[in-house]
Amino acid sequence: MRLKAQMAATDQAGSLVTEAPRGPRPRSAWRTRLTKLDAKASPYLYISPFFFLFAGFGLFPLAYTAWISLHSVNLQNVEERTWVGFDNYTRLFHDDQFWNAVQNTITIGLISTVPQLLIALGLAHLLHCKLRGSTFFRVSLLMPYATSVAAATIVFAMLFGRDFGLINWFLGVFGVENIDWENGKWSSQIAISTIVTWRWTGYNALIYLAAMQAIPKDLYEAAEVDGASRWQQLRHVTIPGIKPTIIFTVIISTIGATQLFGEPLLFGGAGGYRGGADHQYQTLGLLLYEQGWFNFQLGRAAATAWTMFLIIMVAVAVNALLASKGRSALTIGRRRRPA
Amino acid sequence: MTTAPAPTPTVARRRFERKRVGDRRAGPFTYAALILTTILAVIPLYWTVVAASRTNADIAKTPPPLTPGDNLWANIRSALDQVDMVKALLNSLVVSGSIALGTVFFCTLAGFAFAKLRFRGSNVLLVIILATIMVPAQLGVVPLFILIAELGWVNQLQAVILPTLVSAFGVVFMRQYLIRALPTEIIEAAVVDGASTFRIFWSIVLPAARPAMAVLGMLTFLMAWNDFFWPIIALSSQNPTVQVALNSLGQGYVPDRSIILAGTLVGTVPVLIVFALLGKHIVGGIMEGAVKG
Repeated sequence: MRLKAQMAATDQAGSLVTEAPRGPRPRSAWRTRLTKLDAKASPYLYISPFFFLFAGFGLFPLAYTAWISLHSVNLQNVEERTWVGFDNYTRLFHDDQFWNAVQNTITIGLISTVPQLLIALGLAHLLHCKLRGSTFFRVSLLMPYATSVAAATIVFAMLFGRDFGLINWFLGVFGVENIDWENGKWSSQIAISTIVTWRWTGYNALIYLAAMQAIPKDLYEAAEVDGASRWQQLRHVTIPGIKPTIIFTVIISTIGATQLFGEPLLFGGAGGYRGGADHQYQTLGLLLYEQGWFNFQLGRAAATAWTMFLIIMVAVAVNALLASKGRSALTIGRRRRPA
Repeated sequence: MTTAPAPTPTVARRRFERKRVGDRRAGPFTYAALILTTILAVIPLYWTVVAASRTNADIAKTPPPLTPGDNLWANIRSALDQVDMVKALLNSLVVSGSIALGTVFFCTLAGFAFAKLRFRGSNVLLVIILATIMVPAQLGVVPLFILIAELGWVNQLQAVILPTLVSAFGVVFMRQYLIRALPTEIIEAAVVDGASTFRIFWSIVLPAARPAMAVLGMLTFLMAWNDFFWPIIALSSQNPTVQVALNSLGQGYVPDRSIILAGTLVGTVPVLIVFALLGKHIVGGIMEGAVKG
């Protein structure tokens, strides 16, 4: 409809120009045609940078990873590629280090994402009311997000230090003996998850808060009339109301957790790509980095990357499936109630 | 953030609502919980300042020191001997500045097309852009590295600038803003006056979009400044951004923890100060962008 209005407007403009005595006729006809071309082609021209850049630096490399993963490529001579078929994959799937990395990625992903999103939900609920200094709280809660992964990890690695770390000192006040955070499997993974949780909780809380503010207020009024408590309002009005946002953050966090890289790399200090002396916190992202940029085998790194991509696809599909099941259960529940 | 008024309920209705539940007041429990979380969010940063301004021996004491000392400048000087943080800061400024400028320009252009121009397939194309948020582009790192190696761009700043010159979030964010902030009638009037689409963009859309462009610019700058994975791979300590320098610092063999933290502070504080000053607008931007998600 807007296009029609626009076309009508240009036609009108065109005829105005033709009637006007100043311009010679052929030029105005040419101008009209140019105006029409402008209206038709310009929108595509304006959105094309996004598509070109995404295709060139996002989609194409991702797809080409599959092709590279069927070759042997050395980092020091990237132009020479030897076809090896699925060798990189067979090697990978027979490599204990790979399965160890899969396991670590999953456990770190779970113990960082689940508490993070739950705390964020609670925080958003707390922020969703009339509050003095709400801007102060929002900005401070977002400070960790503004801190880079590298800086945050360097600081946290020291906070989690065995002998002089602030966290062990604090636990010591309660009689807990010094924990060797970095060398234990669970302790190191908990420490790394703490960094992730610290950086992202405030950000997710603000996203939830924005979604909560969009929930119509009559829903809360109705709930209150029905005698629902604050907790019941959270469970039956707020959470169903921001469900799309929750699903969105779960999917984005899953994708992020699968690619976790900076936190485990810097947590152990020197030689961080190994992910600890026993690879106790080596994630898939670190394994990829080790294969490609320390063992110089880009083909194998590509095979790992492509496997990670497939894992992400499966994880997102499972999330989407669970979400749609949840939604249908919800609508069925709603339909049943009046009957 | 200054925005055009969204459709609001009438005054009478709003007054009625204010008395009701949606605007419940925060109780003491809410404040206590929020203050505790705020402390947890800020304490690692505070401790960084404390430790960076003391000596290594000081930090190792029990109980650990909880107030800043006077060794900050000496520590910073030693840290700058270890890594070229000055060059890193300049490089990061160039990289993040270029990415922010490019992203704001391209996203405003695309956002304008999606918000105010009608063209075939616009809905489908917008959905495709939204879907790209979920593409883990980071996993294309191997071919991307081969590409820049063949171009001879390893260790060159353009290797980290070019791949991130536009963002899906930015396109959607600018579109959202322009739909609300820019009346279609103004554009129609300009069309009647014979203005070309680009003229309309330049003289009408750009001035109107300025507040949103500023927010998107800040957010993009922050994300570019903190980007880690790709800069680590494409650059090295010879030509580092701040994050690459921090990586060498954190993985290096500097034995003194207060020096490492002083270096970390130098690389982080500029952004944190800017964030503390403009944080209100950045928060607004993130929440604005979230509503569509």
